[in-house]
Amino acid sequence: MLLYIMQRLMQSIGVLLAVSVAVFLAVYAVGNPVDLLISPEATQAERQQMIARLGLDQPVWSQYLTFLWNALHGDLGTSFVHGQPALSLIVSRMPATFELVVCALLLASLIGIPIGLWVGLNDGSFGSRAVMTGSILGYSIPSFWKGMVLILVLAVWLNWLPASGRGETVPVLGIPLSFLTLDGLRHLTMPVINLAIPNIALMIRLTAAGASEAVHQDYVKFARAKGVRNQRIVRRHILRNILIPIVTVLGVEFGSLIAFSTITETVFAWPGMGKLLITSIYQLDRPVVVAYVLLVTFIFVMVNLLVDFTYAALDPRVKLTERMS
Amino acid sequence: MKTHLKLYAPVVAALTAAPAMAEDLTIGLASEPTAVDPHYHDLSPNNAVGLHIFSALGRLDAEQEVHPDLATSWETEDDNTWVFKLREGVTFSDGSEFNADDVVFTFCRVMNNESSISGTATTEVTNFASVEAPDPYTVRIKTKKVEPLLPELLSQIMVLSDGIAEHGELSFDLENDCGVTGAWPSVDDFNNGKAAIGTGPYVLEEFTKGSSITLTRNENFHGETPEWDKVTFKPVPSSGPRLAGLLSGDYDLIENPAARDIEQIENNEGLEYTAAPSNRVIFLQMDTGRDDSPFIEAADGSNPFQDERVRRAISMAIDRQAIVDRIMDGFAEPAYQFVPGTMFGALENPEPIPYDPEGAKALLAEAGYPDGFKVTFHATNDRYINDSQVAQAIAQFLTRIGIETELDAMTRSIFFTRRSNREFSFSMGGWGSSEGGAASFLRQYVTTGNEELGVGASNYGGWSDPEFDAVLLEAITTIDNEKRAGLLQQAVKLAMDKQGFIPIHFESSIWGYRKGLHYEGRKDQYTLAYEITSDNGQ
Repeated sequence: MLLYIMQRLMQSIGVLLAVSVAVFLAVYAVGNPVDLLISPEATQAERQQMIARLGLDQPVWSQYLTFLWNALHGDLGTSFVHGQPALSLIVSRMPATFELVVCALLLASLIGIPIGLWVGLNDGSFGSRAVMTGSILGYSIPSFWKGMVLILVLAVWLNWLPASGRGETVPVLGIPLSFLTLDGLRHLTMPVINLAIPNIALMIRLTAAGASEAVHQDYVKFARAKGVRNQRIVRRHILRNILIPIVTVLGVEFGSLIAFSTITETVFAWPGMGKLLITSIYQLDRPVVVAYVLLVTFIFVMVNLLVDFTYAALDPRVKLTERMS
Repeated sequence: MKTHLKLYAPVVAALTAAPAMAEDLTIGLASEPTAVDPHYHDLSPNNAVGLHIFSALGRLDAEQEVHPDLATSWETEDDNTWVFKLREGVTFSDGSEFNADDVVFTFCRVMNNESSISGTATTEVTNFASVEAPDPYTVRIKTKKVEPLLPELLSQIMVLSDGIAEHGELSFDLENDCGVTGAWPSVDDFNNGKAAIGTGPYVLEEFTKGSSITLTRNENFHGETPEWDKVTFKPVPSSGPRLAGLLSGDYDLIENPAARDIEQIENNEGLEYTAAPSNRVIFLQMDTGRDDSPFIEAADGSNPFQDERVRRAISMAIDRQAIVDRIMDGFAEPAYQFVPGTMFGALENPEPIPYDPEGAKALLAEAGYPDGFKVTFHATNDRYINDSQVAQAIAQFLTRIGIETELDAMTRSIFFTRRSNREFSFSMGGWGSSEGGAASFLRQYVTTGNEELGVGASNYGGWSDPEFDAVLLEAITTIDNEKRAGLLQQAVKLAMDKQGFIPIHFESSIWGYRKGLHYEGRKDQYTLAYEITSDNGQ
């Protein structure tokens, strides 16, 4: 087990290194941030001074090595725009994004899995076919359009919910959270729904597919012949067996939503990491973009690791040590 | 019964209006300030928010004219010596008194600003030979170069309290840190409120990056009390959600609703808008400096932009009114000079350039290009209002008279980098003239580049006209306002005669707000809460 974790961690470091080189070169190629940052009235001397201060006068490999050296010391650079360490800037935006994503995935699982189960068990009925067709819609409508429609209906026409922004927050263990206040919840609702809809559809389809397959498995037939109650069959035998792909997908979705809920955050002016990324790309705030991508890679690697561990807990056949051979 | 009602009506009205209630204002911003440190980054959103918390020696009004603020008056002793009389009885938001020490401290901090992005005001302060305070309410500034715009420039250096850094006796002695012994305040000290102590109408309550900036009224403010107790700025960069926030009542006022959405505001009974012409001009810049320019293909291998007739033909081929009406939805004004006519040094009634494609064709033929030539036209697609559509229209107008124009529109980060590397032959830019009116654009773009004099820094096309240079250089070193205005007008005329740069239009800035509010708008596009009034206010 320990060896396995060590091995996985070594792999992760390799991935992070490769990503850092790729991102650094890509960001370097886009343009010169000085032209965006400096006042157009600045003199040539001021310009040179700024270029030197930001370290942009060095060749790219030397900039990269400096970055790597600092990164090894836990310093991922200082934002050009905000004058604040890039990592702390991103971390300060994290609670908002986490809150959004956790709520959205909770909602997706709570709604999607039961409906999916029902669909899978009633395969072929009119109701199940209707749900499956509807889920295609939920999955394929583009996020920004859906967000705008939600705003139009719930905020502009009905005036039930605020159109954008994050509501009042209360600190819990020093982390500002908004779902504990009424104002915060009102602001949270629409972005959560917007993020949750495609995931609800995804959960429905995954669960339904798994369940309709599992119903015809021998162990289910056997349990049924044995006279096990239907409820117990569904819960103990079917659900437990089909949970593995669902957990995998939830893990991957969690990672990608944390990293790229950009569109939802932009539409709802939600002050999370995704919005920070977009603004930073526009402003060519290189340190933030690089730090962001590295952090996201790190999160993905960790989430995948955790998913692997969860398999073991869910499926007795999976043993972590076995997979090493 | 009727008489009763009449009798009570005023009383009722008085009762409902009387409690000058805690009035809050929420504003949807188009772009977020990066800091509340007024010396951090010279950007419009930063400066606008800064002006709520801080004030300066002078104050620029909506038309960019300077008025006394922390200084009550100023005069010149000679061309290089200015004396500012400071206002007495002004206190900072923390209760400490304002005097000359704060002004000296502010100049010193400008030069000792480690965290700043792009040295705001360092150019101005570097030009000071000395700053003295003969008494606590007088400041005498000697400049190295003659600077007629000193009051305007000082209106943009917001004054800090000397209490935010430990210090002994303060003097403008940059070699010895001016007498400051403690650490200079950093941008974080301002953002968390510790150093955000100013003489403006509001104080910072909270700055949550990405989310909101909250201000409350400064009880110690020396000027007229603003109407709003509490002002919240919410950054919403996408225009759709920003408008939705106004429609749903989340925001009382928003910046820059998209021109195509104005109809929605017009059709809504509860909303109104203000459109004010801004000082931002959209213009064409041509490579006239090089004989062989990278993106031009002329039959004889020459650079047609070097011929005045070709430049004039381009100017005549563009139907400015059509661009304003159809692409800008009417929220712009055709430009025949580089600043709006109301600004300092501008021509009051510049001669319009008529739309005349036939005449343009004839001029082209006369210049030796009867079959036109080929050129690639570069523009931004995310910097100015509808920039890529405007550029497209211009390309079509030019193609119509035989100049085969191919448009290459790109994101601003790439555009500005390539433009400053002089990679373009023909490009579309924008410039907002701040202090100094007409001088701003002329010295930055039109004057022959000269590092020492600080002119021509954006003259990427290498335009050079000695006659113009002489007039402009005299203008920007003339202290006498009337004489300077005359010289500037002469310079504008010279620049327009030769068409070295072709102005297209002035953008308008728009503010949308709920009915009952009033905002006249500003040329500098700032949204200042203390200039927003309501029907309920006095």
